[in-house]
Amino acid sequence: MSPILLVEQVLNGLQSGVMLFLMAAGLTLIFGVMGLINLAHGSLYMIGAFAAAAVAGATGSFALALVAALAAAAAAGALIELLVIRRLYARDHLDQVLATFALILILSEGTRWLFGSFPLYLNMPDALSGTVTLPGGIVYPVYRLALIAVGIAVALGLWWLNTRTRLGIQIRAGENDRQMIAALGVDISRLYTLVFAIGAALAGLAGALVGAIQSVQVGMGEPVLILAFVVIVIGGIGSIKGALIGALLVGLTDTLGGVLLPELFKLFTDPASAAATGSAFASMAIYVLMASVLIWRPTGLFGARP
Amino acid sequence: MSRERLLNGALLLALILIPAWALYADEPFTITLATRAVIFALAAVGLNIALGLGGLVSLGHAVFFGIGGYAMGILASHAQSYTPLIEWPFVIEGTKSMPVIWLVAIVASSGAALLIGLLSLRTSGVYFIMITLAFGQMMYFFAISWPAYGGEDGLSIYVRNGFPGLNTLDPIQFYGLCLALLCLVLAVNARLMRSPFGLALDAARQVPERVRAVGLDPRRLQLVALVISGAITGLAGALFADLNRFVSPTMLSWQMSGEIMVFVIIGGVARLFGPVAGAGIYVLLEHLLGGVSEYWQIFLGLVLLIVVLFGKGGVVGMIGGRRRDG
Repeated sequence: MSPILLVEQVLNGLQSGVMLFLMAAGLTLIFGVMGLINLAHGSLYMIGAFAAAAVAGATGSFALALVAALAAAAAAGALIELLVIRRLYARDHLDQVLATFALILILSEGTRWLFGSFPLYLNMPDALSGTVTLPGGIVYPVYRLALIAVGIAVALGLWWLNTRTRLGIQIRAGENDRQMIAALGVDISRLYTLVFAIGAALAGLAGALVGAIQSVQVGMGEPVLILAFVVIVIGGIGSIKGALIGALLVGLTDTLGGVLLPELFKLFTDPASAAATGSAFASMAIYVLMASVLIWRPTGLFGARP
Repeated sequence: MSRERLLNGALLLALILIPAWALYADEPFTITLATRAVIFALAAVGLNIALGLGGLVSLGHAVFFGIGGYAMGILASHAQSYTPLIEWPFVIEGTKSMPVIWLVAIVASSGAALLIGLLSLRTSGVYFIMITLAFGQMMYFFAISWPAYGGEDGLSIYVRNGFPGLNTLDPIQFYGLCLALLCLVLAVNARLMRSPFGLALDAARQVPERVRAVGLDPRRLQLVALVISGAITGLAGALFADLNRFVSPTMLSWQMSGEIMVFVIIGGVARLFGPVAGAGIYVLLEHLLGGVSEYWQIFLGLVLLIVVLFGKGGVVGMIGGRRRDG
């Protein structure tokens, strides 16, 4: 295996890691502030992708498509929060799981009803569709580099929001003591709707960005949702820093495992069965990573100690 | 006799009368639907032991359902192609005998439950939900990418497996077999709920500190509950695969886990017959709404949402009244 291929795969791993971060950040924020486990987060990812594909198809503009994805996912998030989610904050996790599972059924089938079962395609903007030659002679798609840049920008933006703004102070206070900040005159239910909409918008953004390199279809959100769960279990629930580290770990493990494990099995068996066995085990690599982290630290890398 | 007992009796009677009517009216499809409901009920009875009695919100029960299914698929496919399962260090042949397949399904799924439980019970609450979901997804992707047993396409079996003394190809005889297993498991479940183990488990769900104070280990009780639960759901998986003569990674998917949980919730958590009522209602809705609209799951979602938000205790809870111990 050549070093160039390895660097390419590391970049691919980073790219899928930062996109996972966009999902995991919203999930972990919502869990941290409201104590809510939201299975319907994957549906918001899907809504973002569909909104982007529909608007890009109608106008041909990728920038407008991204705006539409953010707006649609945030609006859907706010609506869901007002209608359903706010009745769940005081309930146990089982009710939250079931109600948000019901939301997945409604949103997925509703989208299938509106857009049909066939996948839509979202084209990446022309300016970003080429490749670029990196130092060392590595040819890499510009769009994937742009995704990494967006992910880093969002991480910085969230850090700034959380530590440098009034809203961030309210969010952190909400995580610690919701009665107290309600008593200080902060409208807690508006804060919750806002946090949910921010999380939804991040998921919608990820859906639209990834939609341009994969197909946009019903059910695209749930595999990503479960990966995002793995991420926040590894990083520690409620920690945005943990979500970032966890997302990069999962992205890198998944991508590199898919390349390296078949190579490893080639040392023992013939190439054809090595490829099959290797990829079968590679699909389990991130879960092995998760299990190892849990044995070492049951509440994740940056989770609160019980 | 309490209202819940009357309801349970009525449900049991329906499970006997509906297929009897279908046999009389020569409606084999109704018998197949009833078999589907009984097998789903069995899977949900399994989950109910972990979820209702143990308080373990497992979103990964499809693992056990799927392992049961693959136990049947793998054994039967080797038997129908006359190739041994393994040749070294000793030869293990495939089989078309249901009792052997059931035993293998139970052993394999309880083994998986033990492993998953050892890891996931180190955590609790929302971590437990996510981890069981993640292990489910792990098995799902493994089944898809493991080419030896059909990969994504799954495994088909030409002829349903046999049971000594019965003709399992006859729908009503296979139904009777499934119903007998369901009744047996319900009897075991009822016994379990009143046994010292069941009481300790119930207590471990409500106040783990006190259980610890009397010298019992809540973790261990929950682990045993998860193993029993996984074994029952695994058995249901083997039957489900035999019903369809087909097993595929879909049986391992997270939607399957969600559906098994939906059976329990619509019916009523921690109620003996809750899973039976829930699975019956699900199959009925699937059949009736599925005929009306291709998008019937929207309505299923709405029903589920209403049950969760407004109807505590599921159908058995609404008709049968509150649980005595709460």
